Amino acid sequence: MNIWLIMLIGGLITFGMRFSLIFLFGKFEIPQTMRRALHYVPPAVLSAIIFPKLLYFGNQIDLSLGNTRLLAGIVAILVAWFFKNTLLTIIAGMIALFVLQLL
Amino acid sequence: MSEAKKAFLDGVRAEFPLLVGVFPFGMIYGALALNAGLSALASQMMSSIMLAGSAQFVTVQLVSDAAPALVIILTIAVVNLRHMLYSASLAPHLKSISLKWKVLLSYLLTDEAYAPSILKYEEKGVTPVSHWFLLGAGFSLWFTWQVSTALGIFLGAKIPEEWPLDFALPLTFIAMVMPALKNRPMVAAAVSAGLVALLAHGLPFQLGLILAALTGIVVGTVLEGKK
Repeated sequence: MNIWLIMLIGGLITFGMRFSLIFLFGKFEIPQTMRRALHYVPPAVLSAIIFPKLLYFGNQIDLSLGNTRLLAGIVAILVAWFFKNTLLTIIAGMIALFVLQLL
Repeated sequence: MSEAKKAFLDGVRAEFPLLVGVFPFGMIYGALALNAGLSALASQMMSSIMLAGSAQFVTVQLVSDAAPALVIILTIAVVNLRHMLYSASLAPHLKSISLKWKVLLSYLLTDEAYAPSILKYEEKGVTPVSHWFLLGAGFSLWFTWQVSTALGIFLGAKIPEEWPLDFALPLTFIAMVMPALKNRPMVAAAVSAGLVALLAHGLPFQLGLILAALTGIVVGTVLEGKK
């Protein structure tokens, strides 16, 4: 099968999954339990993305002080916690990473 | 300035820090796709037809390994499964917009467009113009993805590897998720999902991410029910 057909089908599947429940839940009422459960999608998905990016160093979990991304991530978490400011959090995390990498 | 335009620009602004990480990622994708033997046109078009970073990387990898088409397509489906969660999660907030809008916003529904939009909706609720926010976030991501892919195709991935621009993504997600952790079930959902993501990191096709997200959702919902 050629690459164009793969891309087209792959694109349709991707779109279909993105569209699926936006479409269905426009037609039917969302069950109450599910509505409640859906509130937990953002924190669950985002931390599932964040944790490995901070804790995995190469192919293994690295809890040592040599893991600069973990330390910079903790700085960012603290800044986000105290100041609740997106830009400040990102800048603090980036600067922390730069400095830690220089050490 | 109209309310709609303001919401659109708010979406663009919220997306901005994520674009810092997306740009080099797009360049690397463009360079890799070309290296794997795809034509410049096909490499570029994949970025507009699929608009899905990790699925595009996997596709390019499998194409260069000469994997069977059916395997590639199934892999794309599994890698993108998490988008059904995003679709479900945004659905209550997009109930009242027209079908055309639903189609457009679904096409633009990437990880990076989802994150700022859902947190905005959960915090501020739905307004008659709030779908413009998702359009702003989604469109700026789309535009950056197309341009960075093109640059990767024509220039190669020219960003020095020691620049940790990819770190902007977890940092932005940290900044977004922290204010949402307002009560114990939310914190438990985040922590349990994070821990499962670590344990299941070895699973292929982003299955670890889906498993982790589902765990967090169940933990949060059960704890909320106990209150």
